[in-house]
Amino acid sequence: MFPTDARVLGPAQADDPAPRRPDRWRPKDWHVTAHVILIVLAAVAIGPMLVMVFNAFKSNAQIGANPLTPPTSLSLHNFTQAWHDGNYATTMRNSILLVGGSVLGTCTIASLAAYALSHLKVPGGGGVIAYLILASTMPVQLFLVPLFSMWTHLGLVDSRLGLLIIYWATEAPFATLLLRSFLIKVPRDFVEAARIDGASELTIVRRVIVPLAWPGVMTVGLIVALTTWNEFFWAMTFIHDPGKRPISISFLSFQDQYSTNWGLTSAAALFVMVPILLLFTIMQRHFVAGLTSGGLK
Amino acid sequence: MTRGAPISPPRRFRSAKAVRTITGWAFLAPLLGLNLVVVFGPSVATAYYSLTDWSGIGPAHWVGLANYTRALKDPAVHQALVHNLIWFVLFLSVPMIVGMLAAHLINRVHRFRTLYRALFFIPYITASVVNAAVWKMLLSPDSGIGHLLGTDFAWLGDTRTSLYAVNVVVDWHWWGFLAVIFFAAMQGVEPQLYEAATLDGANTWRQFWHVTLPGIRPTMIFIVLMTIIWSLKAFDYIFIMTHGGPADSSQVVSTLMYDQAFSQFSAGYAAALGMSMTIVVAIVLVAYRLIQKRGWEE
Repeated sequence: MFPTDARVLGPAQADDPAPRRPDRWRPKDWHVTAHVILIVLAAVAIGPMLVMVFNAFKSNAQIGANPLTPPTSLSLHNFTQAWHDGNYATTMRNSILLVGGSVLGTCTIASLAAYALSHLKVPGGGGVIAYLILASTMPVQLFLVPLFSMWTHLGLVDSRLGLLIIYWATEAPFATLLLRSFLIKVPRDFVEAARIDGASELTIVRRVIVPLAWPGVMTVGLIVALTTWNEFFWAMTFIHDPGKRPISISFLSFQDQYSTNWGLTSAAALFVMVPILLLFTIMQRHFVAGLTSGGLK
Repeated sequence: MTRGAPISPPRRFRSAKAVRTITGWAFLAPLLGLNLVVVFGPSVATAYYSLTDWSGIGPAHWVGLANYTRALKDPAVHQALVHNLIWFVLFLSVPMIVGMLAAHLINRVHRFRTLYRALFFIPYITASVVNAAVWKMLLSPDSGIGHLLGTDFAWLGDTRTSLYAVNVVVDWHWWGFLAVIFFAAMQGVEPQLYEAATLDGANTWRQFWHVTLPGIRPTMIFIVLMTIIWSLKAFDYIFIMTHGGPADSSQVVSTLMYDQAFSQFSAGYAAALGMSMTIVVAIVLVAYRLIQKRGWEE
């Protein structure tokens, strides 16, 4: 039955005055369609961000009349008021300190651990790796409440150091796993040569491993910087003193305070967003490399 | 090796190995020590407190499995679990479909690949507090998308829509990340397979279905299983945008647990909820190991 149908259909198609020739016109046409869809998707991704940028330059009355369109004049009033009222000079400094501390600390802890797990053949290393995967997947709800209680007793609540210790502990397992995947690629010969020259293991990490795996260290550092700058859960729970807050928390309370002043909150949001956007634009390659090479949280 | 062998006799070599083991554990010590204090120790404490009536401060009294039986019967928990389930279905399908489409298209075009990828990635790298603020503005009744559509409906403030409204925001910030992940995986698929498929007359859709999808299967399985875990852990956006409200209409297990611990001062009950979440995560991880062992992802 089916072959008959095909034979019936065959001549009919051949008689068609404009036969479909997929392989002649498709590729070009297909690329245009693909680009159109990709442009629409890009608009979906950054459209909301653009609205925020527009509104940061508008007064509330202008936003009320035209909430989604570009500003007609460039007023910086929202920026100066938000910077002052949100106390961003202080909280941005706090965030920079936290980012610096978490990047330095996490990279140091992770470099040592990743070296031990990649080049020192520690017995039980496989178990450590399995534990790290487990530890970085567990919900924070598992240890949140007793940790808070302990930090209260130790006087580490409302302390930037207390928050940093939590960042080191929670970011290091993931950083170690990611850095290890870079360190495995460092040839053993380099390490052996340094050992024969009498270098201590610590010197090997500092002078051989870190320089050779520098792109990996950069990637880990960038992800830790991004995570810490954007982090709000631990900071919200463990820091209550407005003078010690990071920028994410100060923005959150600023937004509560000026909940319907969209111009002001948009300007404030840009203070949080722009530093990361600049970092990302400059270092895009490292970001993408790290986040896609098994760097999943 | 050949150069090193004559210099170090067998005995010294053995002791060098022992030194290396000790050094190795010393290098692991800061990582494991911190983890012990911040993660492991408190986790064990949670297991204990989940069996007590602890308030978060002061003494705790043993109550056995009372917190767990209470959780099983608690309508608030049931409602939150239903919300987690809805969240999972949406969070698995919407960003996955959009991300897959975007990745496939980037993979098939030749120009502006890096630009598209960078633009798709921007919502993912932006702080959740900022994304939440942008969308609070866009979803507000007075000055957002509603203004364009001529409606003043409060999507975040209505019990029927709050959960879905927050989910839209989370899906929006997430699909670009999946697109980049899937694109990276697709680049590992051999180009010859596409050429062969083209010669066989397979159109784009068939190529996607029969070449691309099987090629990125390990990534797919990983993402699907992680999505179960991520859906269970959903917290940030819900907490920032609705606090689980209005009238608990967007409450999920993690926001409920936070509320119990820090507003209701039922730390023991919160611990039981935290333990239950952990058990589900552990089951998913075990399932993933099984899939890997059986080779189903290949």
